[in-house]
Amino acid sequence: MENSPRIKRRVMLNRLFKYVIIVATSIALIFLALLMIRIVNQGLGYLNMDFLKNFSAPYPDSAGLFAGIIGSLFMMLIIAPVAILLGVATSLYLEEYASQNKFTRFIQVNIQNLAGVPSIVYGLLGLTFFVYLLNFGYTLLAGALTMSLLILPVIVVASQEAIRSVPNDIREASIAMGATKWQTIWRIVLPAAIPGILTGSILALSRAIGETAPLIIVGAATAIYSIPDSLLSKYTVMPIQIYSWTMRPQEEWQYVAGAGIIVLLIILLLMNSIAVWIRNKFQNKY
Amino acid sequence: MKNIKVIMMAVLTIGLLAACGTNEGNNENQDHAGEAQELSGSVAIDGSSTVLPIMEFLTYEYNMVKSEVETSLNSSGSGGGFKKSTVGEIDLSNASRPIQEEERAKAEENGTELHEIELAYDGLSVVVSQQNDFIENITVEQLRDIFLAESGKTKWSEINPEWPEEEIYVYSPGHDSGTFDYFNEVILEEKPMRQDENVTLSENDNTLVTGITNDPNAIGFFGYAYYLENQDKLKVLGVDNGDGAIKPNGETIQDGSYAPLSRPLFTYVNAEYLQDKPQVHDFTVFALENAGAAAQQVGYVALPDEKYQEQIKTINELAGQ
Repeated sequence: MENSPRIKRRVMLNRLFKYVIIVATSIALIFLALLMIRIVNQGLGYLNMDFLKNFSAPYPDSAGLFAGIIGSLFMMLIIAPVAILLGVATSLYLEEYASQNKFTRFIQVNIQNLAGVPSIVYGLLGLTFFVYLLNFGYTLLAGALTMSLLILPVIVVASQEAIRSVPNDIREASIAMGATKWQTIWRIVLPAAIPGILTGSILALSRAIGETAPLIIVGAATAIYSIPDSLLSKYTVMPIQIYSWTMRPQEEWQYVAGAGIIVLLIILLLMNSIAVWIRNKFQNKY
Repeated sequence: MKNIKVIMMAVLTIGLLAACGTNEGNNENQDHAGEAQELSGSVAIDGSSTVLPIMEFLTYEYNMVKSEVETSLNSSGSGGGFKKSTVGEIDLSNASRPIQEEERAKAEENGTELHEIELAYDGLSVVVSQQNDFIENITVEQLRDIFLAESGKTKWSEINPEWPEEEIYVYSPGHDSGTFDYFNEVILEEKPMRQDENVTLSENDNTLVTGITNDPNAIGFFGYAYYLENQDKLKVLGVDNGDGAIKPNGETIQDGSYAPLSRPLFTYVNAEYLQDKPQVHDFTVFALENAGAAAQQVGYVALPDEKYQEQIKTINELAGQ
């Protein structure tokens, strides 16, 4: 019983840290809950079928998110294939093909840095490159490609992690059975890495669907009364409409913005759950 | 293995669908170009976020009557709008300040002519919190003392000995906005504004409203509409330009007696497109016919009716009709 004070101290410390960690978690949760309650309270009154079907309007009662919803969805349809294909291809090259020299490491470091570059910089890049140089103008295509660039580094880094975590034994086993490198990648490595790649991609796409700044630079419209009918159409997206509503002087617009945020959150949630579903499906298999 | 194929197929299908979309779209666009006489095509508008609510009203109402014309309205700020309009990228460029010399020069360089149109008036409102009980009116001189860096005055008592010895907290729109530009020109006369920890800049005027509301020692300025919507929380100051203090309201802003902070809100139309694109001409005339109603709806002040009529006449002449 001589060392009982020390044991007591350790037990206390043990307990203390448990509570510290619980408090840390609940602070995040409480703020999230407060935010949700506020938004739902404000926005629910304006959330109805008309809100989903109407275009933007100067009157809070008839304003709607239709152009934004369609614009955001079309954008996702372009961003997802472009960014995921390019991102996975890049990470395959870096992980499976590139020799481990200074140049490869230089590329690696650069990609990791790019993931932290402020989004507005990508907007400027998109403006110079897609809007002016390739002459796409202020169109859906230019906006979507800019966003693809924005999320590319995140996808590359996540896919690299996923590919790296596939055990080497499986690769060697496949090669030993006489499979070519590409067969090994296509049939063994990629399927095993899919859950990690998807998680990264979905996180990246979620970022893209909520971004505003770069799209203002590459010319997404604030108010538009037509939906894109081609890759070279004018467009708007949900966050731009919401941003514009929060800027208005009349209080009702804050509620309209709240309704917009609810719709955006629901679509995000849907996207994420599809990803989780696909991921689980693959995890069961491999 | 099967699953990955399914996913790849899905990706490919989506890609193909998108590609199909392109083709159809292009055909339609060509059709549109062909029937330009029946008023279709597009009107591209960009510029000041202060003018945005008026323009949104106008594009919305225009879409109700001429749904074949595709209007697109952006808000990259007065300067951002001129960047596009001076090189002919857009048809109309909204601005909460007149076009600057350099912008004119750039337009001339590119062979673009921009015609100025007044849509409505705004009165930059200088406001304090309702909790502030020591100030009702302010002179232009005092405004300069408060906002200019060179005055070195940071306490209310240094501006007027009758006011309390408290720090002044300054709220101002961001320096890229046309609203700041106007204040900068008529009050600060382009001299540098204070920049320290007691100064809050924001591109979102609602942030300024909230900041000023909660602080009896705060002062700031923004468009009249933001005061109008927050009258219960804010106190607007009468501004004294030497002839007694005058508070902003519909009348004093319209007749210009609320000086020097009454300002016109503009849109600049590309004169060449006005002639070549019938939909641009049609929309511009529609905008002038309805700008008064739009201004009232969104919290600005309409011009006297004759002013709209005069401008419509000029626009029709410019368009060659």
